[in-house]
Amino acid sequence: MPIPILKQGQILIATMPSALTDEDLIDLRGNLIGKAGAIHASGVIIDVTALDIIDSFACRLIRNLTLALRLRGAETVIVGIQPDVAFAMVQLGLSLDGVTTMLDLDDALGFLYRQNYSGEQRD
Amino acid sequence: MVTKKVQKETDLNKKILAELVAHFRVEREKLRKQWLVEMTAKGLVSGLDKAELDQESAAIYDTCIGCLESGRFTRAEEYARKKAERGVLKAMTSEQFFGGILTLRDIYGMSIYLKYKNDETRCIAALTLYEPVANKILSIIALAFIEEKEKTVKQQQQSILELSTPTLPIRPGIMILPIIGILDSYRAKQLTEQMLRAIRTNRAKVVVMDITGVPTIDSKVANHILQTVEAARLMGTQVIVSGLSPEIAQTIVTIGVDLSRVVTVSDLQSGIEEADRVSGYSVHSRRNEKASSGV
Repeated sequence: MPIPILKQGQILIATMPSALTDEDLIDLRGNLIGKAGAIHASGVIIDVTALDIIDSFACRLIRNLTLALRLRGAETVIVGIQPDVAFAMVQLGLSLDGVTTMLDLDDALGFLYRQNYSGEQRD
Repeated sequence: MVTKKVQKETDLNKKILAELVAHFRVEREKLRKQWLVEMTAKGLVSGLDKAELDQESAAIYDTCIGCLESGRFTRAEEYARKKAERGVLKAMTSEQFFGGILTLRDIYGMSIYLKYKNDETRCIAALTLYEPVANKILSIIALAFIEEKEKTVKQQQQSILELSTPTLPIRPGIMILPIIGILDSYRAKQLTEQMLRAIRTNRAKVVVMDITGVPTIDSKVANHILQTVEAARLMGTQVIVSGLSPEIAQTIVTIGVDLSRVVTVSDLQSGIEEADRVSGYSVHSRRNEKASSGV
């Protein structure tokens, strides 16, 4: 079953399940980019709370996804990286440079709404 | 095939062993009292309850003879472990306890000599049987005490580790992590894990990591700090490092660690001010305000 994508106004929210294959990730990428364009999304939130590992493939994919979405006019926020996952990623030298991260959904929605109505448009 | 000579020795040893055990059983009260007298003379048992002393000395004496007879030391091991756990007899130090055991050892030895002094062969046989047993019992007791001490030290180290890096939320979304003492790789790693968990629990968006109390750091620890800051960022939290002493600042520049991506300030006060600024808090002093309107 593909990863469900929810819509909240102009914001898309995708919650990753704990058992995630590389194919699932690739499908998600395609779906998100497609849907973001279709609804003219201004923001995308990817919730990784359930993941207990983020490997280099996932890391690279998330970074590429963020850049691609930005090109299509949507700002991406990664939410819910767990302490152990953060620690492991840093030890392996994986970084999500240039990707906005937040503790939870609340923070992410607040951030995206502020971005949208702040008058500063990223081009 | 057992030679005749070896067989004769084995038979002799068995006989001597039986004799020794019987001898010690018979002489029990005499030797035990002598032991108490000598210990008192050496000042090893001052301040101890007489009844307890009688009880313990009898227990020890019997345990030793039991080991001599059976060749097994389980009883001695159990006794030693129990005594070590309880911290010996209430009013006795470890040194006194060991002194007491050594005194008993001498008494046993002297008793053997006096019994067999006119028969060199049997004397040697008896001592050869006795010595290893006495040594083994002593080392069992010593080891039990050492293990107990090591257990205590380990427990204390663990408590120090846990107490030394408290995570303190000071405002909603702002947490302080004061670090005191020498930071080694192990502690730095433990600190990181603790901080990341606390970030999640306290929903902290800013953490002020204060290293005022850290005397020195090396490149490994500096890298640990970098990793910690990065890991916190992955969770959506900004880390401000405060309290870099002039020495540490110099060290960091010298070893060439790149802290340009880390917000650093000189002291905790600046750290908190920066955390407030980033979080959108502003603090007003009410003292200098003119009358009316509350802030």
